[in-house]
Amino acid sequence: MNIKKLLIGSVAIFALSLGGASAAKVKIGVVLPYTGGAAQFGEQIDRGMNLFIQQHRAAFGGHEIELIKRDSKRPGGDIAKNAVQELITRQKVDLLTGFVFSPNAMASAPLITQGKVPMVIMNAGTAWIPKLSPYIARVSFTMWHAGYPMGGYAMNKLGCKTAVIGFTNYPPGKDSRNAFTTGFEKAGGKVLEAIPMGGPRQVPDFTPFFQRVKNAKPDCFYIFVPAGNHAVAVVKTYANLGMKTAGIRLIGPGDITQDTKLQSMPKEAEGMITVHHYSADYKTPVNIAFVKAWKAAYGADTTPDFMGVAGYDGMAAIAHAITAQGGAVTAEGTMKALSGWSYDSPRGKITIDPETRDIIQDSNVHKVVSKGGRLMIEVIDTIPQVKDPCKAHAIGKCK
Amino acid sequence: MEQIARAAIAILFDGVAYGMLLFIMSVGLSITMGLMGFANLAHGAFAMAGGYVLVGLMVGIGVPFIPALVMAGVIVAVISIPFERYLYRPLYQADELDHVLLSIGLVFMATAAITFVYGPSTVSITVPDYLNGQIDLGIGLFPAYRTFTIAVGAVLILALWYGFEGTIIGAKIRAAVDNRRMAQSIGINVDRLFVIAFALGSGLAALGGGLAIEIIGMEPTFALTYLVFFLIVVAVGGLGSIRGAFVAALLLGLIDTAGKYLWPDGGAFFIYAVTVAILLIKPMGLFGKA
Repeated sequence: MNIKKLLIGSVAIFALSLGGASAAKVKIGVVLPYTGGAAQFGEQIDRGMNLFIQQHRAAFGGHEIELIKRDSKRPGGDIAKNAVQELITRQKVDLLTGFVFSPNAMASAPLITQGKVPMVIMNAGTAWIPKLSPYIARVSFTMWHAGYPMGGYAMNKLGCKTAVIGFTNYPPGKDSRNAFTTGFEKAGGKVLEAIPMGGPRQVPDFTPFFQRVKNAKPDCFYIFVPAGNHAVAVVKTYANLGMKTAGIRLIGPGDITQDTKLQSMPKEAEGMITVHHYSADYKTPVNIAFVKAWKAAYGADTTPDFMGVAGYDGMAAIAHAITAQGGAVTAEGTMKALSGWSYDSPRGKITIDPETRDIIQDSNVHKVVSKGGRLMIEVIDTIPQVKDPCKAHAIGKCK
Repeated sequence: MEQIARAAIAILFDGVAYGMLLFIMSVGLSITMGLMGFANLAHGAFAMAGGYVLVGLMVGIGVPFIPALVMAGVIVAVISIPFERYLYRPLYQADELDHVLLSIGLVFMATAAITFVYGPSTVSITVPDYLNGQIDLGIGLFPAYRTFTIAVGAVLILALWYGFEGTIIGAKIRAAVDNRRMAQSIGINVDRLFVIAFALGSGLAALGGGLAIEIIGMEPTFALTYLVFFLIVVAVGGLGSIRGAFVAALLLGLIDTAGKYLWPDGGAFFIYAVTVAILLIKPMGLFGKA
């Protein structure tokens, strides 16, 4: 299990060329959490990236790529920023990617502007991050892809007139809170209160917060927590406090029904409604092939989730940018190459919006169902090709 | 009115459950600090070891939850004996800085060792069905697992109280806490008491660590993360006082829960504010002896 650790800080070279004279070597700095509680996210993205590289060697146009991996450990931003500085100044990377936690991408943004190194974000979803540097493009999502449509859906389709929001108290949590509030209030719903529930590093004991919500009796309880162990704890607490029988619906972005965590959740998860852009249970041919390849590469008991697919798509974007520039990667050139770039991803069609450098993709309404003793995601509705609503409506820091 | 009553019951119940958990995990630290004068910052590492032994027993070889919990406590208690004998004992006469350096070093080693074996992520267990969901206590529905935690805490407190107040070993330990040299000079084998107290404290911590998995989670940094809480319990309660540790743990559990419930934006602020206030008024803790 710790073989991956041996790779940290080491260098993985993929000789992709057949030795043409025009082939360039492109250095890619990868900043991901490889140790600590968030290592599971780093592993997902890492596997997604590697799967793409293995499957699509030709996509790199004969150019050689070198991945230089650095451990961002925690969400605080400090370690990631140091890593980015080292990658830019000492390793002289041509491109940066990874970035699970928003504060890590935010802290690194000024450095990539100064160093003119393009950044392809594979997770960090706080909506206004691309505003921080002209050299950021994002292949994952923004908090508004899920939170904003969830607000309208909760009111119009789920019949929730009141809601309480619980969120992990750091930038994407606040962003998700704003996204849901905006969508829900626009549809005529009333947010009773928004409760900050601790920080992203440690999974808190959610019980006191949930007790408060139980007594407030909202129709819907919207939750944003970073995916992973937070998500399992949320559903367990929801189940243990009998909130489902009390008639409170648990909703949120797909982080709380992450594919990799679904089987650790209690049966009360059944019926949960989330809005998200990916699940391993999607029945499209592209996704079925993707999941099959994933299981073949990493084991039948593994499953990709939205982070794995972002690693995969992110590497597709990087391959496109390298090929389009003929191996001579610059910040401006990369942004130009990615502007309007479209790809048939396992999650469906994705496009990089030329105006915002952010992703355009379907937002799907997920319902947790139980089939053959397994909890699964069923898509019950789709909002096609959503442009980040935060920037589309120029709200707050997205102006 | 009904709203307020429900809030009060929720806070009281969850606060007491959390307090019980804190008590089980930190009472050993209070005993060892009071008895041996050793600032054992690695106390949480024994709690963490208990949690991981429990996971190993349940996930690894399929032992049911409650036997595994008891076994985790016993196994860690036994493991802690050579630690006391070969690592801690040579340093009893050393100054506090040496105690701190040794024990914090053990914390880091424990974190690294557990990361190596179990990986960096939070571990989880599947508790039996009767501990999931809610249980009807006659006056309403309560979360089953927390009810169980309170029951375990209550049993342990009674057992400890009897052990310390009603048995000869307990009387010897109390004598040694009050005045070690006098206890030694009347023929009490203080060295042996140290081993017993240390193993007991570590075993209880391990039991608490096992119980904690379902409530506050378990990961390799657990020993460091919750160290502050253990130290607060000991400082507020007073060194070497079981009653003090109990009152302090309940107080902290209740305040922390009430703070989060009533004023979520305040976060963990309350627990520290109350600690400072108590220590300003009673620097030796609630039940400490000057």
